[in-house]
Amino acid sequence: MTALRGWNLARIRALVLVPFLAIVLALVTGAVIMILSSPLVDGFDLTLPITAYVALFRGAFGSFDAIVETLTEASPLILAGFAVGIGFKAGLFNIGAQGQFLVGALTATATALALDDASPAIAIPASLIAGMAGGLLYGAIPGVLKAFSGAHEVVTTIMLNYVAIFIVSYFISGPLRGENVTYSRTDDIHAASLPIILGDDGHLGILLAALAVPIVWWFLYRSTIGFEVRTTGANSEAARYAGMNPRWLIIFTMALCGLFAGLAGATQILGEVGYMPASFSTTIGFDAIAVALLGRANPVGILFAGLLFGAMQAGSGAMQIQAGIPFQMVSVLQAVILFFLTAEVLVRRVFRVRQAAEGLGEIGNLSESYAQRP
Amino acid sequence: MEVLYDIPVIGLLIQFVAYLGTHLPVIAPIIVAAAVPVVLGALCGFMNERSGVVNIGIEGMMLTSAFVAWWVASLVHGFIPASSSSLPFGITIPLLVGLVAAILAACLVSAVHAWLSITVRADQIISGTIINIFAFGITGYLNLLISQEAPTSAGSFKSLAMPSAITDLPIVGWLIESFLAVGPIALTMLISVIVLQVLLHRSRWGLRTKAVGEHPKAAETVGIDVIRLRYRNVILGGIFAGLAGAYLTIEFGSAFQGGMTNGRGFIALAALIFGRYTPIGAFGAALLFASSVGIERLIRFVPPEGQLGDILTSIPLEVYEALPYIITIVVLAGFVGRSIPPAADGKPYERESRAA
Repeated sequence: MTALRGWNLARIRALVLVPFLAIVLALVTGAVIMILSSPLVDGFDLTLPITAYVALFRGAFGSFDAIVETLTEASPLILAGFAVGIGFKAGLFNIGAQGQFLVGALTATATALALDDASPAIAIPASLIAGMAGGLLYGAIPGVLKAFSGAHEVVTTIMLNYVAIFIVSYFISGPLRGENVTYSRTDDIHAASLPIILGDDGHLGILLAALAVPIVWWFLYRSTIGFEVRTTGANSEAARYAGMNPRWLIIFTMALCGLFAGLAGATQILGEVGYMPASFSTTIGFDAIAVALLGRANPVGILFAGLLFGAMQAGSGAMQIQAGIPFQMVSVLQAVILFFLTAEVLVRRVFRVRQAAEGLGEIGNLSESYAQRP
Repeated sequence: MEVLYDIPVIGLLIQFVAYLGTHLPVIAPIIVAAAVPVVLGALCGFMNERSGVVNIGIEGMMLTSAFVAWWVASLVHGFIPASSSSLPFGITIPLLVGLVAAILAACLVSAVHAWLSITVRADQIISGTIINIFAFGITGYLNLLISQEAPTSAGSFKSLAMPSAITDLPIVGWLIESFLAVGPIALTMLISVIVLQVLLHRSRWGLRTKAVGEHPKAAETVGIDVIRLRYRNVILGGIFAGLAGAYLTIEFGSAFQGGMTNGRGFIALAALIFGRYTPIGAFGAALLFASSVGIERLIRFVPPEGQLGDILTSIPLEVYEALPYIITIVVLAGFVGRSIPPAADGKPYERESRAA
């Protein structure tokens, strides 16, 4: 119970205060950008941010459908957020969630198409597992490279993100291309489509993301291997002395990260899109980095960060239609939140926060290992 | 020559070389044009990493300046419409102002990166990530707002015209044409590569930068201001990211599209690593990477005949495009000639506390 005993109001306040203030400051910054850029369209408008944020909020929480949409947008972000967050816990910076997401989506699609005549009871679990396996294998590559040659995972995962784009492009415009399609995409997926469990569009992915939170929490804070992962992240030398095998742990962690990203990709195809295009334009794998950072690599934190960014995605459409604010504002807000989170000093000065910094823990300074020799 | 083609394996290689040789004058300008923004991006990375600051935000810096160059140039064009220019490179006031604005914008973004990395001592990879997300968002946001009024483009810089007496020279002729009959930004790239390469090993600045990137504590001991030098190098590095972005919208092309850098900033990072953190190496790497894409185009549009053609066209075209990324991973992993980053790369520097 050690992990729980440490939890009291002061601790939670310390953890939540700065992220909360960072969000507030980001909304203020976003408002300033909207006001300053308003002359580009209809002339100077001081009330534009209010219209925009109200539309954003309504679009995300204003009705039952809106809430379902928020949950649907949030679930792949949460799953992919684990793909980055678990890496942080082990002191690894997985920028490759995007590539693992794509490969997972591809393997899930291939399986779903192969099992399109099977019963959903077989096709759905098989496709989901295929997605996880694809992500796992793709995530293991940078793990193996780091463990045995010291190649830093940041660079290898960036490169692998691009390789993934070409792998997807090859398979979807080649062997997996549909028969009656006008551009490079697969046929529609039927048997493996995720069932709707909430409202009109809320698919099984929501449940999977919700289930993943306690599982990841248990894994990180209760299981032996989770303890080893965290120990390696906190102090890899100490982990080595304690008899843990850092090489194996690096590969294991990266593979596990890939598994979650792959699952996110699978749910997105099977639940949301329904087929796979050759150029699958999504930024979920990159947004996941922001989710993991805002959630401070904590499973519960990632849940809330994923919900926040999911809500922003869900509300961005309404904001664009009702206030004329392009949806890219969501990316701006995400970046500014991260900026203030990173420049905590600034937040503390603005709000005169005296409380001791909780810090980013393992995330503290991952780039320090950038030039580390194996 | 034809006799050689029938030798097994080697014959095919000779055929391939001959095939490339015949078409080189056609694809060389394409390769150079594709390499220019990558080399410039890599030079930005060079200025950062050599002084010990990791920069994965090159992509965002390039995207920002690509937008700023295009937007500012077309804004100025709205006030002082410049018709045809008689100056070399087709220089006009809107284009020049756009170029300067692009460089300033990239330097500003670099200054933020420097502040986060050096003063705040934040994680440099996170700082780069923030820059990339922000650049993607803000340029897309503004572009969509502006596009409702659809400003007229200010056009683009022109390539230097070479007298036909030079370009008609055998072999040297098309080499000069491909590399030197280019626009002002591409030419600046060529000059910068040479100048930076010389400065790195021969100048006080270069030696100090290397010292700060490898062993900042030792550098500080001999009186080098680590913090100041890092700030200066990171901000100056922005110049190259600015040129890279401007190249895309006011030299190579004349319009902006959301997310148009399309990974070039990351390929630049790859070129820098593959080129072992030197300007000339990055230049070579970028040319090699661009050739991979150039060859892909060539095979797609003018496939060779016979057995060679069968082999080349049976390889998925995606393989050629993915090659630069795979090569970089291979080099990084040390399978073929390891590339090692500067020792202090990514480590924020903390001055020894001077006891009060």
